[in-house]
Amino acid sequence: MATPQQPALKDITSAPASNAAVSRSRLCKLSAKNINFFYGSFQALYGISLDIEANKVTAFIGPSGCGKSTFLRTMNRMNEALRNTRVEGELLIDGENLLAMDVTYVRRRVGMVFQKSNPFPKTIFDNVAYGLRVNGVTKKSVIEEAVERSLTHAALWTEVKDKLQKPATALSGGQQQRLCIARALAVEPEVLLLDEPCSALDPIATLKIEELLFQIKDMTTIVIVTHNMQQAARLADRTGFFLLGKLIEIDDTRTIFQNPAKKETEDYVTGRFG
Amino acid sequence: MTQEISLRRRITNVVMLSLTGFCTVLVIGVLFFILGYLFVHGARSLNLAFFTQLPKPSGETGGGMANAIVGSGKVLLIAVLIGVPIGSLAGIFLAEYSNKTFAFTIRYVVDLLNGIPSIVIGIVAYSLVVLPMKHYSTLAGGVALGIMMIPIAVRTTEEFLLAVPNSLREGAMALGATKAKTIFTVVVPAAISGLISGMMLNLARVAGETAPLLFTALGNMFWSKGWLQPVATLPVMIYNYALAPAEDLHQQAWAAGFVLLALVLAINITARLIIARGPASSRR
Repeated sequence: MATPQQPALKDITSAPASNAAVSRSRLCKLSAKNINFFYGSFQALYGISLDIEANKVTAFIGPSGCGKSTFLRTMNRMNEALRNTRVEGELLIDGENLLAMDVTYVRRRVGMVFQKSNPFPKTIFDNVAYGLRVNGVTKKSVIEEAVERSLTHAALWTEVKDKLQKPATALSGGQQQRLCIARALAVEPEVLLLDEPCSALDPIATLKIEELLFQIKDMTTIVIVTHNMQQAARLADRTGFFLLGKLIEIDDTRTIFQNPAKKETEDYVTGRFG
Repeated sequence: MTQEISLRRRITNVVMLSLTGFCTVLVIGVLFFILGYLFVHGARSLNLAFFTQLPKPSGETGGGMANAIVGSGKVLLIAVLIGVPIGSLAGIFLAEYSNKTFAFTIRYVVDLLNGIPSIVIGIVAYSLVVLPMKHYSTLAGGVALGIMMIPIAVRTTEEFLLAVPNSLREGAMALGATKAKTIFTVVVPAAISGLISGMMLNLARVAGETAPLLFTALGNMFWSKGWLQPVATLPVMIYNYALAPAEDLHQQAWAAGFVLLALVLAINITARLIIARGPASSRR
């Protein structure tokens, strides 16, 4: 699991610091090139092209049905589980097209946390260990260490360390969602996708998740879809605005919220629609 | 005018309510009549010898059905070994892999198979097992009941797997699990209590089947060794003894009926308990 991390690190160190533009392109973890997506004959995404920077938090905002979740699910190919879908274009991870890779390998590198927490009906320990076990890790000490580390990163360790063998479904909603984050972190993904992870949570649980995301962004590249613009403003280094299946613009979060280039973005972030 | 309508409605209401109530009482009444009758007659004829002794030759009184109790157990064991794997794997395929039209076809065929009279299933097992092996056997009886278990096994597996939320499948696949791993490490465990109890109810259903055993397991007044000899089973013993011209045998048949019913009830109740306590229950 540790090996795929290597190329990214090397890229960062070898990037020429003199040229900012080059350095930015070197830091790019994921790169979408003209992505079109279809549910049957309905086109949900139109020519999405963007770069996701390594070890940054990127947020996607936009009204319901604008395609931001569809695009997120394209990045770890979750949409393939749905029948009758089709994707066009290229999605590069460290320069390689992930649409042409083995799908389980893609998902090991690009983890995902869903809108509604979905702990398996197993113990807390087995939930976090699941990703390691399906990826062939059998050594008990390795699994135990990874479980503790992941739960710590997900700010859940102190709350659950005495009840690791209890069913995960007995946890509260916020704890369940942090467990799902821990579960995703256990396989050390290079990119972590979060699909409105806080939409079902109260403000305190939301705050905890935002704090932990802030803590883990030097370990992994984070992409988060959110309906909550304050959340995007608080969390994200970069923000992309989607509308009707198109990426209207993506830029530094401050620019998007204070000085967006496009009229539609301004209307949306100032609350004129959506 | 309005008064008239409301009067007519009230009368209709009373009539329909009485009718449905009467039918409900009738259904419950029949059930309790059978249970009570069986209990009174069965319990009276039941004694220790029934569980420990072999049937006595005709003319002698006493004896028991130890061989039939064990025989029923053996036949049901084979039925489970055949029906559960085939049925549940087919159910997994239907729920997780097949496309809509194919699933519809298979489901339809399975429902048809479920509607085939049990005696016809007996004939099938007779021609598949008894004829080639040239004698009746425990194996043949088990094959007949196993085939009878398949349709319900398929449908219950499918239903319980479809009830597992899709978010669990997505969660597992997002961690790099293959589809097969997702099914066997997340989906099936999430549905396991439902699957187990479904299979138990299925087993209880075929435990009382008589017709398919008549010309597959046949019957036996003695212990049946191994799996390839004719074997006594409780339903067939009831059938034979109830037709026999001796009061003593009738009493034995009552006792056998009572034991069979108790067995089926026990399986049913256990299955319900498993469903109620399982992780797949709607509470979570």
